[in-house]
This record gives sequence, structure tokens and C-alpha cells, in this order.
Amino acid sequence: MPSVAARLALYQRTGGVITPILTALVAFMVGGLVVLATTGKNPLGTYKAIFDGTGLNWLFPWVGGAERTSAAFELQQTLILTVPLMLTALAVAFAFRCGLFNIGGQGQYAVGSIVGVQAGVWLSGLSRPVHIVLAVLAAALAGAVWAGIAGILKATVGAHEVITTIMLNYIALWVGSYLVGFGGPLQDPRDVSVPVTREVAQSAKLPVFWGDPVLQGLHIGFFVALGALVVYFVVLNRTTLGYEVRAVGFNAEAARYSGIKVGRSFFLAMAISGGFAGLAGAMDVLGWEFKLDLTEIQSSQIAFIGIAVALLGRNTAIGIFFSALLFGALLNGTSTRSLDPTVFKPELAGNLTHIIQGLIVLFVGADLLIVYLWQARRKLGIAGRAGGPRRKAEAGA
Amino acid sequence: MTVQAASVRAAGAWERVVGARGVGMLGIGLGALAFWLALPPVETRTVAVPVAIGIFAIAAGLWAASRGELRVGWGAVAAGILGILGGILATRSSVEHLEIVVTWSALTAATLRFATPLTFAAIGGMFSERSGVVNIGLEGMMLMGAFFGVWGADRTGSWLGGLVFAMAAGGLLALVHAFFAIHMQADQIVGGTAINFLALGITGYMYIDIYGTEGTPTDLAGVPDVQFGWLSHVPPHGLGNFLDDTFGQMNLMIWLAFAVLIVSYIVMFKTPIGLRIRSVGEHPRAADTVGISVYRIRYGSVVLSGVLAALGGAYLSIGFVHSFTENMTAGRGFIALAALIFGGWRPFGAFGAALLFGFSSALARRLPDAYGQSAGTLFEALPYILTLIAVAGVIGRSIPPASVGRPYKKQ
Repeated sequence: MPSVAARLALYQRTGGVITPILTALVAFMVGGLVVLATTGKNPLGTYKAIFDGTGLNWLFPWVGGAERTSAAFELQQTLILTVPLMLTALAVAFAFRCGLFNIGGQGQYAVGSIVGVQAGVWLSGLSRPVHIVLAVLAAALAGAVWAGIAGILKATVGAHEVITTIMLNYIALWVGSYLVGFGGPLQDPRDVSVPVTREVAQSAKLPVFWGDPVLQGLHIGFFVALGALVVYFVVLNRTTLGYEVRAVGFNAEAARYSGIKVGRSFFLAMAISGGFAGLAGAMDVLGWEFKLDLTEIQSSQIAFIGIAVALLGRNTAIGIFFSALLFGALLNGTSTRSLDPTVFKPELAGNLTHIIQGLIVLFVGADLLIVYLWQARRKLGIAGRAGGPRRKAEAGA
Repeated sequence: MTVQAASVRAAGAWERVVGARGVGMLGIGLGALAFWLALPPVETRTVAVPVAIGIFAIAAGLWAASRGELRVGWGAVAAGILGILGGILATRSSVEHLEIVVTWSALTAATLRFATPLTFAAIGGMFSERSGVVNIGLEGMMLMGAFFGVWGADRTGSWLGGLVFAMAAGGLLALVHAFFAIHMQADQIVGGTAINFLALGITGYMYIDIYGTEGTPTDLAGVPDVQFGWLSHVPPHGLGNFLDDTFGQMNLMIWLAFAVLIVSYIVMFKTPIGLRIRSVGEHPRAADTVGISVYRIRYGSVVLSGVLAALGGAYLSIGFVHSFTENMTAGRGFIALAALIFGGWRPFGAFGAALLFGFSSALARRLPDAYGQSAGTLFEALPYILTLIAVAGVIGRSIPPASVGRPYKKQ
């Protein structure tokens, strides 16, 4: 019999796509049971209403007329949410491949959005492409520096990145609240009763390519996020840096003995991760928010959901795309604006999303559960008859 | 002969260490004194006093550090620098402003109120992490305690019922974490993240489903305060008043936190059970070899951590504000985790860190009255910066239990 670890490796090679899908399905089924048990409503009806709120029915060719118009609008909103989810998920995934758990996406995202919005306000007078590129780069750099602190601490004194990034999250939250909040240096001086920054210059706003720019259409940040997925894949799989990062992630000690500078990999992995998260902040403030307010800094959940996105997507570029789409759709579909309150209360649905996220992260983290179930299935004799004896023969040989 | 030589050498080493350690401790005290002299009631108005005393503190710290007492020595240096900075700031601002912010009895009482939920959760976390299971799900377990405390108090009509509900809910969620961390050998940090999501969803869902937009009932049974009228008669008069203002009317949960602190210290360091918990966290294989059930100890410790964290959450809801709002713990579980690490995975260390965090929260709430909103907001970042410095090893490295975060496979 192969060991559990070997089985796990085999299963990861063969069933890598199946499990995340199964995981998501199980989580949704549990969510449906919750709906049924607490409200007595048909979970399918609830999910249908949420689905209609996501705008994904736009993809069906038979949907037409007014329904198609509103579906297009909803889909734009879903994709707008997908952009920061993809990027903050990459921030988790890149560090994960280096064996680091970057739980600090929230702080890196906040730092990126603060720097992004200020670059958008201050650098006015530049031509549009230059202004956008500068603001976006400044935000990505700010995120990279913020995460880089955790990377340096990990590389030099071995401070655990989970603790340092949580601390950096709260430092970013409070310093950000100070900057943007009442009487803070970045607050819009024209109205001191509202804790919000000034609006970014027209030249810093990302162009909208689908939908009405006035009604919050889909901005080009969507392509930036898709590009980031490609960059992630290429850097990780086709460069020396990516090879070293993955080697450190597999076994830091072995990598050290083979001459890889482990500390340097830790630092670069964190800095690149932070760059992705900072980019996410820039896309949101330059793409559709245009200004940053106190509640946005204090209660944004985007980067935490990004953790779930990365885990469900198994830290692969393509997986992150689909799971970001799923979570973006869930977020938009359960928002007060999109979900029909007569079918299901949006406040309840929002919390249902949290439960589903929690279950997904819980199950994805427990690969062994699947392997155990697989073994139990074998013991119960449900497994294919051809498979069983052959395995035994292998083990005997 | 050799025994005698060894004992002489040991005595010499002991004296050397205590000497350097004592000087370092003195330095930390001097650093605090430098700041204190500039505050009410003494209110030194000249910068020279805090600066001079702060320099003494730094010198003492450097001397201690050069004698090998790194943790205490660098701590004294940091205390000296903070004392000088605080002293300069305090002497620069007006007496009226200082007296608005610094009312020692009110500050101490507020510090204890802010520190109590952190103390419960941090000590809970200590049990889990000392047994080898990382628990970043403390936040979620606190949140469960906060909601189920309210719900239990509402359903049973008594605060005791609320505490029972809270502890059961926190313990159950911790059991889920324990199952995935121990039996499923899942990554404990990922599992803890999932726990936090789940708690956010479960409490938010139930809150909306049960209480809707109305909010929790206003006539909720709360944990009572404990009155000590005789404290005001303690001589001298000033001390009596201070004690009465601070401890004369404190919530029962705060006293419970003190009890939990002392009991958990005794259990962890003076009983066989504590020894087992620590051995399972340091070297599970060795513990298993001598017949300790690693799984049972870990399950027990993790569930206990959930129960304690839930008590911290219940204090927030039915002990302090007497209501529940969505995500009301707002990151306190993570701060408790920081306090645990800052305190070196020890009960009194964690409590000291919780007091420090509580004090800076209390100060941050009072600063806006004199210095404006933004000063208070910026001040809220201080505990996190201190923790970051602490884990970076500048003030001596906190060393975690050796096997924390590693699943144990039975053989």
C-alpha cells in the first residue's frame, strides 16, 4: 500500500481540478441546508435569485431584451469585484508557493489604495496614460514595501510572517484611518464633516471599456488583473526567480543546501505578493471608487476573501481566475442592490457567503479528508472491481 | 571536590545573571518613571528631568545587555527612549490638557476593561499553542462567545445562561478546529482562517435571522458588577479614593479573568497536566513514547482555548456593552494572539501585554478630548508597532513551543 503522503501526491496530480469543484459544491449544499433549516425557503430558489443578481445569465444566448440589459450591468459589477479578488488572491498565492502565508493582503491593499488615490489626486496635469501608469506603479510599489517589511523580518530574524503581516494590517488600518479620517492630512479640506479623501483627477481614472462610465462600467483593470495572472504564471514557472521561490516553498533547508539564497527568496516573494495587493488597491480607487473613505479602510473584506480565492484556486493562475469569478459573483449576487429582498434578505445572504467561504477554506485545507473518504470508499467495496485486486498485486510485488 | 567546584561556579553565574537582570529591570522602571514624572500629579515642567532619567535607563539597559541579559537590557533601552519621548511630549503640552487625559483611576479602570477580553483569549490561545496547535481562530471563537452570550442571556433570562451558551459555542467551534488540525492534519493557519470566516458567517446569519434590524433586546441580562464599598476607607485618603474609583465597582468578569490567570499559571507550570500539555507541544513523539495521548491532550487544550476565548467575547457583549453587533470583536482575537506572543507564551507575560494593549486603547479613547480625533486614531497603531518590534526580536526574541503548527502522525 502506498503511504498516505504518496496517495496524496497521486491524488493531487489526478484530481487537482475535481476537488476544488467538489469542495465548492459541498459548501454550497451545506449553505443550502442552512437556508432550508432557518427560513424554510427552497434553497434552489434562493440560489437562483443570487445567480440572477450576479449577471452571469448574460452569458446565456436565450436571455434577451430588458433582462439582457440588466444582466449586462450586473455582470459588469461582478467583474469589477473580480479584479481585486484576483489580485489579492495572487498576493496570497505567490507567497504560498514560497512556503509563506501572507495574511497581510488587507494592509497591503489598504496601503496601495491610499498611495493610489493620492497619486491620482496630486499628479494632476499629466497626460492620462502617464498619470495612470505612475499612480498604479506607486500603489504597487507601496504594497510591495509594506509586505517587504514582513519579508525582511522573516529573512533576517525569522519572525513568523503570519504575525508580522497581521500587525502590519492593523498598523495600515489605523495609520490609514488617521490619514483619511477626521482632521487627517489627506481628508478633503472642503468638507471636514465627512472622512473621505479628495477625488482623483480625471486623468487618473481608468478607462471603461464595457458599459456606461457614469453608471460604473467595467474598467480596464480587468485586463490588468488578467495580465497579472499571466505574469504570475510566467514568473513562477519560467524564470530562475520563480524556480527558487518554489524550491524554497517545497523545502527551505534543501534549497539552502543547493545554494539558493533562502532569505532573498522570502523577501522577494513577499514584496511581489505585496505588489499584487497594492495593485488591487489601485484598481479599485482608480477604477470605480475614485476616492477613499474611512469605512472603506476600516471594513473592507476584499483581501480576506482573496485568501479563500487563492486556496480554492489551489494557488494556480487558472484556478484563481475561476474562483475569483465565483466569489465576485457571490459578493455581487448577495449585495443589497442585486438580491431581491422578497426572495431572500441580502443581509442574510451576505453572511451565508461568509459561511460558504469558511467551509470552502476548511475543506480545501484538509486534503487528507478527501483521501480518507477515498480509502473509506475502498473499504466499503464501492470502488471499481478492476482497481482493487490490481492494487493489491502491486503492493505484494 | 568537583561537586563543590561546580556549585561555586553555579553560584557565581547565578549572582552575575541576577545582578545584570536586576539592573535591567531597574532600567525599565526608570524609563517608566521618566514618563510618569511629566504626568499628573507630579507634572514636571522641565524637559531635563525625563531626559536625564531616561538616559540613566538607557545606560542601565546597555550595561545589562552587555552582560548577556539581552531581553531585559534592550527592554530597558526601549523603555528609556519611550520615557524620554513621552516626557518631552508631556512637558510640551499644557497642564489642562494633561489633566483631561490622565486621570489615573479612570485610566486604570478602562485599561482593565480593555484588557479583560484580551486576557481570556490570550490565555486560551496559550493552552492551544502550548499543546502544539496554532490558533489564529481565536477571533472567531471570541465572536461566537459574544453572540451566543447574548442569545443565551436572552433565551434563559440570566447572564449565567449566557456564559454557558457562549462557552459551549466557543468550545464547539474549537472542536471543529481541533478535528481538522489534529485528525485531518490540515494546515492549522488555513484552518484557523476558515474558523474565523465561519464564525463571522454563523454569528452574522443568526443575528440577522433572530434579531433582524431591531438589534438585540435592551433589557438583556448582563454580568453584574462587584461592589467593594470598604475600599474608600483604606488609608491614606488618596490611595483609598484611587482604589475605590478603580476597583470599587468592577465587572465580575474582570475578577474572573484574574482567577483564570492565576489558575492557568498553576495548571500550566505546577501540575502534571500542564507538564503533559507542554511536553506534547515541545516534542510530541517523546510524549507519545512515555504514554501520553498526544491527540487527547491536544483536543482538550484546543477546546479549552475556545471556551476561554468565548468568555472573552461574552465579556464584550453581556459584560460591557450589553448588546451584539455584527463582527463586534473587530480583530481583538488577533490582538490577543499578539499579546500571547509578546508575553512569550506565558500567562503573566500575556497578561502584561494585554494590560499594555489595554492601556494604549484606554489612552487612545481619552486623547481626543484634549488633542483632537486624529491623535487618538494614530495612537491606536502603537500596540501593533510594539508587537512588530517584539516579534522582530529587538526586545529579545519570543520563542514559540517547538512543535507548534506541526500535525502529529501517530505511528
